[in-house]
Amino acid sequence: MKITIDSVYCKGCLLCVGVCKKGVLALGAERSKGGYLMPYAKEPDNCIACKLCEITCPDVCIEVTKD
Amino acid sequence: MKTKKLSFCGSSLMQGNEAGAMGALAADCKFFAGYPITPASEIPEILSSKMFAENGIFMQMEDELASICACIGASWGGSRAMTATSGPGFSLMQEALGYAVVAETPIVIMDVMRGGPSTGQPTSSSQQDVMQSRYGSHGDYEIIALTPSSAQEAFDFTVRAFNLADKYRVPVIVLSDEVVGHTREKVTIPDTVELFDEKYRGLCKEYYKPDEKNIPPRIRFFEEHSVLVDGQLHDERGVRAGHDPVKSARAVEHYCRKILDNIEDITSVDRYFLDDADIVLVAYGSVSRSALSAVNKARANGIKAGLLKINTVWPCPVKEIKAACENARRVIVPEMNIGQYVKEVQRIAGFDKIEPLPSLGGVLHTPKMIFEKIAEVN
Amino acid sequence: MNSIAEKFIRKETLPFIFCPGCGHGIVVNSFIRAIDELGVQKNEMACVGGIGCSSWAPVYLDFDCLHCLHGRAIPHAEGLKAVNPDKQIVVFSGDGDCLGIGGNHLIHAAKRNIDLTVLMMSNYIYGMTGGQKAPTTPYQATTKTSPLGNEEHPFDVQSVVVGSGATFYARCCATHPIQMKEAIKAGLRHKGFSFIEILSPCPTTAGRNIFNFKSPQETMDWYRSQVYLLGKDAKPDPAETRIPLGILHVDESRDELTDVQRQKKEAAQK
Repeated sequence: MKITIDSVYCKGCLLCVGVCKKGVLALGAERSKGGYLMPYAKEPDNCIACKLCEITCPDVCIEVTKD
Repeated sequence: MKTKKLSFCGSSLMQGNEAGAMGALAADCKFFAGYPITPASEIPEILSSKMFAENGIFMQMEDELASICACIGASWGGSRAMTATSGPGFSLMQEALGYAVVAETPIVIMDVMRGGPSTGQPTSSSQQDVMQSRYGSHGDYEIIALTPSSAQEAFDFTVRAFNLADKYRVPVIVLSDEVVGHTREKVTIPDTVELFDEKYRGLCKEYYKPDEKNIPPRIRFFEEHSVLVDGQLHDERGVRAGHDPVKSARAVEHYCRKILDNIEDITSVDRYFLDDADIVLVAYGSVSRSALSAVNKARANGIKAGLLKINTVWPCPVKEIKAACENARRVIVPEMNIGQYVKEVQRIAGFDKIEPLPSLGGVLHTPKMIFEKIAEVN
Repeated sequence: MNSIAEKFIRKETLPFIFCPGCGHGIVVNSFIRAIDELGVQKNEMACVGGIGCSSWAPVYLDFDCLHCLHGRAIPHAEGLKAVNPDKQIVVFSGDGDCLGIGGNHLIHAAKRNIDLTVLMMSNYIYGMTGGQKAPTTPYQATTKTSPLGNEEHPFDVQSVVVGSGATFYARCCATHPIQMKEAIKAGLRHKGFSFIEILSPCPTTAGRNIFNFKSPQETMDWYRSQVYLLGKDAKPDPAETRIPLGILHVDESRDELTDVQRQKKEAAQK
């Protein structure tokens, strides 16, 4: 699975990390344009495309697609 | 402008309130939202049946705030919209009036003035809302307010109010009063009226961008381009600009300039015997009729009196007032309030020769009262 | 921006003013999915918002948007609907905007059964102004204007809204976005006054002041523990202390206002 996180609008709230049941996402070291520390797809192979992260993101900036 | 044929033309005896309601229907008003209040209740009563017959909607809302807000919503929905109230309701509407100014929304508000302040004198007339109609809402803005003096003018000025509101994308107040509202007299409804008719222009992204006369384009919802309407000061795209001092200043200047730059088109006054007038009366609304009688009597008695009857109290017709008062020895300003519009006249023509003539308690100046003042200063 | 957002978000107003982890952002997310699934066209819907964090939602949606006055979104929407009865009009409001200053308009619009869909995003606080108490603030909660504890009990929103005559009432929570999306779809489809109370966590003012939470995650976790999903057609369990989420009231028997207005027009013009 391909998990794309928008680096302009992400506010680093980490709700996506909290809602993922498969431990795919984790807090990273990169900062978004707004200066927030962003999450990243640490274990993309674990992703089952449930899209809970995509549906939960308050800034509509995650997309889960089949690559 | 387009010509509209009226199915309900003809002469009949009607109150100013009814004439105002008929004026709204004549002007293609398709939405009325109101709340009962003395002395304006006849307007929603009449429109509660007539509006549906003219393919419009009438709604009695839960209060005046809802009434004016519903009118603003209906205006964005593409309908000409009107509400009617009196002093206490007009006070409640001020915030929404300011919103209509910032959002550049055309609506018509008829304020049938009664004795104030507060509950005041519900069944008596006054002209105490004159300053409120100009400064009632917070912030800097300009407004258009028309002052009918008769039932006929209540009809004519309401039609004009809709045209002005549409053209300048601004709320327009028809500042009637209880005397005009409740006096039954002959009203002639013509078989056609001229209505402002410019195509809606929702295509461009900068849909608030004014033209060279500072007039913004006509926009509404459900056109080709989605529109963002905001009460925060905004740029030409409707996007908020409250944090930007330059854009915010430009927005406020625009709200004022679009009216002031077009004052010649908006202003309407009637002049009586002003050319050689020694004593000039400046009056508006129902008082102007007593003033005209007094002026006629004065002339018959050899006094060189004249009258400037103001039909658009706002924007203040500075040029016309200055010209009328220039060569006068004395200027009398009769008003059914403690002295509000007289302050404008003083500002324009100087304090020394201005004689305020207030009348409180709901008492309309009689021609005799005004004539006695003319004779006194003569 | 994900591809659904690309379709429905008004780019020139970005970024969202919502704080990191704000429930309102999740509501916008669910809303655009709902209208995507329903196939709503740009010209068929208009959105109205009052003033407050929640009321910013329509500004970000690429539909005709009326961002109006505090508490007055509903009457603006009523005027807009009355003259465009075939369009979908959606109101985005907050608990302060809708139940506080706008309370009178809410109960009257419900009473009229006018075909609007109202999404009330309830975060138990006046968030935009910094965290003052709101009509839904819990009893004894500490906020900026109740530092010694809220002396008032919150509204029972369902009683107020349904008691006023609303013909559709649903409760959702930002912790359950899929149920929220389905409830929004059902509310949009319902012809009549549809009211959706959405518990939408505010991690910034409510989370910190009332509950002492340190992160959006902690706030969301607490909300998740406070609610439970009702199955389709299930009734709330009286023994449950948690808040039920679901479509809790539907009434198809009442006449809708714009229908009655149309009948009046037809009768008057015969």
